[in-house]
Amino acid sequence: MKRILILLMFLAAPAWAVLPDEVLDDPGLEERARDLSQGLRCLVCRNESIDESNADLARDLRLLVRERLVAGDSDEEVIDFIVDRYGEYVLLKPTITGANWVLWLAGPAMLLLAGGVGIAFLRSRSRQRAPQEAALSNEEKAQLHRILEE
Amino acid sequence: MVTELGHFALILAFMVAIVQMVVPMVGAQKRWPGWMAVAEPAANAQFLLTAFSFATLVWAFVTSDFSLRLVVLNSHSAKPMLYKISGTWGNHEGSMLLWVLIVTLFGAMAAWFGGNLPPALKARVLSVQSAIAVAFFAFILFTSNPFLRLAMPPFDGQDLNPLLQDPGLAFHPPFLYLGYVGLSMTFSFAVAALIEGRVDAAWGRWVRPWTLAAWIFLTIGIALGSWWAYYELGWGGFWFWDPVENASFMPWLLAAALLHSAIVVEKRETLKSWTILLAILAFGFSLIGTFIVRSGLLTSVHAFANDPERGVFILLILAFFTGGALILFAARAQAMEAKGVFGMVSRESALVLNNILLAVACFVVFVGTLWPVVAEMFFDRKLSVGPPFFNAAFTPFMVALGLAMPLGAMLPWKRGRLSRAAWSLRYAFVLAVAVALLVWVMQTGQSILGPVGLFLGAWIVAGAAVDLWSRTGRNGSVARLMRLPRADWGKAVAHTGLGVTMFAIAGLTAWEVEDIRVAQIGEPFDVGGFTLTLEDVKRGEGPNYLTTMGMVKLEKDDRFLATLTPEKRTYPVARMPTTEAAIDYRVMRDVYVVIGDRQDEGGWTIRTYIKPFANWIWGGCILMALGGALSLSDRRFRVAAGARRAPAGGVPAE
Repeated sequence: MKRILILLMFLAAPAWAVLPDEVLDDPGLEERARDLSQGLRCLVCRNESIDESNADLARDLRLLVRERLVAGDSDEEVIDFIVDRYGEYVLLKPTITGANWVLWLAGPAMLLLAGGVGIAFLRSRSRQRAPQEAALSNEEKAQLHRILEE
Repeated sequence: MVTELGHFALILAFMVAIVQMVVPMVGAQKRWPGWMAVAEPAANAQFLLTAFSFATLVWAFVTSDFSLRLVVLNSHSAKPMLYKISGTWGNHEGSMLLWVLIVTLFGAMAAWFGGNLPPALKARVLSVQSAIAVAFFAFILFTSNPFLRLAMPPFDGQDLNPLLQDPGLAFHPPFLYLGYVGLSMTFSFAVAALIEGRVDAAWGRWVRPWTLAAWIFLTIGIALGSWWAYYELGWGGFWFWDPVENASFMPWLLAAALLHSAIVVEKRETLKSWTILLAILAFGFSLIGTFIVRSGLLTSVHAFANDPERGVFILLILAFFTGGALILFAARAQAMEAKGVFGMVSRESALVLNNILLAVACFVVFVGTLWPVVAEMFFDRKLSVGPPFFNAAFTPFMVALGLAMPLGAMLPWKRGRLSRAAWSLRYAFVLAVAVALLVWVMQTGQSILGPVGLFLGAWIVAGAAVDLWSRTGRNGSVARLMRLPRADWGKAVAHTGLGVTMFAIAGLTAWEVEDIRVAQIGEPFDVGGFTLTLEDVKRGEGPNYLTTMGMVKLEKDDRFLATLTPEKRTYPVARMPTTEAAIDYRVMRDVYVVIGDRQDEGGWTIRTYIKPFANWIWGGCILMALGGALSLSDRRFRVAAGARRAPAGGVPAE
C-alpha cells in the first residue's frame, strides 16, 4: 500500500511539467525539445512522457534533451544518447526492430487476414442462391401438381 | 450489526446464485418446467440480497463506521457526503461488490423483461448469468471481502485518494460497470444459444437491446473518465492510451461491432456465428479489463490495489468463461448456417466492413497494451508502448471507418449500387471538402490534421443528415421526418456524435495553444488572442484540504470574460497534492489555466492552454449515447418487450 501511495504521489503531484526556466530561448530548438520529450517516458512514473511529468527525474531528462540540442545534436542523436543511458524502456514509440516487427505488423496483418476472410464470406454469400429461390425438386413438383389437381 | 447482516446477505446471495446456476440449467435440459421456473424468483432474490448487502456497505461509509477495515482505508469523517458515498466503490473490494450487484441486476432485469423469451432459453440465460455471479461472489468472499472488521477501530480514517474526490469520477465507475457487466448479458444469451444450438432473427432481436444498453453505459462511462482526466490531471490531456483506459476501450469497440452485427442477425439471419463469437469476446475483454486493473500485471495510473493472488483468481474466471464459451463455440458454430443471401455491395457487406475495422482496431489496442509484457517474457526486452504507437497504429482504422460510414449507411439491404449511394452523398462530400479547404487555407502552414479531421467530421455529419432525409422517400417532408422510426433517428444521431468527436479530437490536437511562464502579480500577458492577469494569490482551507488559489482575470479585446481561480490543493490526511485547473468553458474553445509554484524571484508559474473544441469531444460522446438511447426506445423493442401475451414462437416478417 505504501508503495502505491508513493507512486501515486509522483503521479498525482500537481503537473506543471515543463517549467519556465527550462524553456530554451531559441523557439525552433524548444519546439524540437518538446516534440522529443513527448516521445520519452518518465522512468519513475507510469505511462507519462517526460513532457507531462513533474517528477525530478523527468526534469533532469528534459534538461538533458535541451542540453544535447543546444550542443548541436540532431533529433536522432539525442534519442540515441538517451536510449544508450536509460535503455529502450524510455521510448514511448517502440522501435521497428527485431521482435517489435510483430507489434507493428500485427494490425496490418490482421486487417489483411480479416479482409480476406470477409471477402471470401461475402463472395460465398453473393454466389449462393437463396433457399427460397432454389428450384423445386422433382418430387416436390409432383407433390405440387397433385395438390393443384385436387 | 447492520454490516454483519450485509455480510450474511452476501453469503446468502452466493448460495442462491449456485442454486440458480444449476437448477434451471438441468431443468432446461430435461424439459422440467418446475426446475426452469426456479430461475426467475432466484434472480430476484439474488438481486435483492446483493442490493441489501451493498446498501449496508454504503451505510457504513456514510456513517463513517471505522470498525470496518475498508472504511478506515478509504474514508474520513470530514469528507463531503457525496464522496463518502462514492468512496464505497472507490476501492477494490467495494467496486467488486458494485460489479457483482450489477451482474445480479442484469439477471433480474432479464427475468423482469424476458417475458417473451421461450422458457428454456430464459432458464439457460439466467443460469449462465448466475454462473458469472457465482464466480464473482466467490472472488469477493474468498479474496476481497469488504466486510472485514478491525479489532481496534481507529478514531478516523485515512481518506479517499483525493484525485477520486470529484463529481465526474464519483459516477464514472457505476456507468463503466453497467457497461462492462451489461456485456455479460449478451454473453449469457450467446452461451445459452450455443447450448440450444439455435440462433435466429428472434435471438438477434432479444440480444440487441442488451448490447445497446451496455454500449450506451460504456460510452458514458468512458466519456466521464476522459472528461475527468481533462480537468483534473492538470494539463488537459483527455486520453492517454493507458492500459486501464484501453481495458475499457476494447470492450467498447467490440460492443460497437456487436450491436451492428446483431442488426444483420435480426434483419437478415446472417453473420450468426460471428455475432456469437463477438458476444463472447466482448465480455471476455471486459474480464481482461478487470484482470488488468486488479492484477498489477500492467502498471497504470488507475490501478487498484495490486495483488497477485487476486490476479490469479480473476485469470481463472477469465479462462473458465472465455475458454469454456470458445470451446462450446468451436463445437457448435457449424450448427448456425447463414440464411440471407446478398450481393458484394450491400448493407450487409458494409456492416461486415464495419465489423472488420472495429475488431481489428480492437486487436491493435490489445496487442499494444500487452506487448510490453510479451516482449519482456519472451524476448527479454523491457520496453514501453505509449501514445505515439497507438496514435500511429490505431488512427488509420478510425479514419477508414469515418470515410466508409456514410456510404455504408446509405446502401440498401441485399443488393445495392455504390455509385448510387455515392451520388446521393454528393452534396455532403462537396460540403466536407469545402469546409476543410477553407480551414486549410486559413490556417496556413499548420499541420494537416485539423483540416482532415474537419473533413471527416463534416462528411459523417452531413452524410448522416442525408441518410435520414433519404428515409422520408422521394417527396420528403419534415412531418415524415418526425414520423421515422426512432431507430433511424438513433442511427443518425449516434453517427453524428462519432463525427463530432472525431473532428473535435483532430481540432484540439491541431490547434491547441500552450503558454508556460512566470507571471508577476498584476502584470498582464497575452496567450492566443486572450489577455490574462494574475491579480492575486490567496491561501485558504476547504473541508478536508488546504488550498492555494490564484485569481486570474481573463479578457479579450479589453472585454472582461471571467475570473479564473486555478487551485493547488493539499490533502493532509491522504498526504497528497492535487491541481484544480480553472477552465473557462465556451462553445468554440476552453481557456485552461493551471497555477504552479511560487518562484524565488517572485511571481508564480502559470500554464495557460487555449483548447479549441474541447467540449465537442464529450458532446459527441453524449450524442452517441443519445443515439443509442433513441435506438433502444424504438417501437420494435418496446413491442417485443410488451409482447408477453402474444402467441409464442412467432417471428415477425420483414
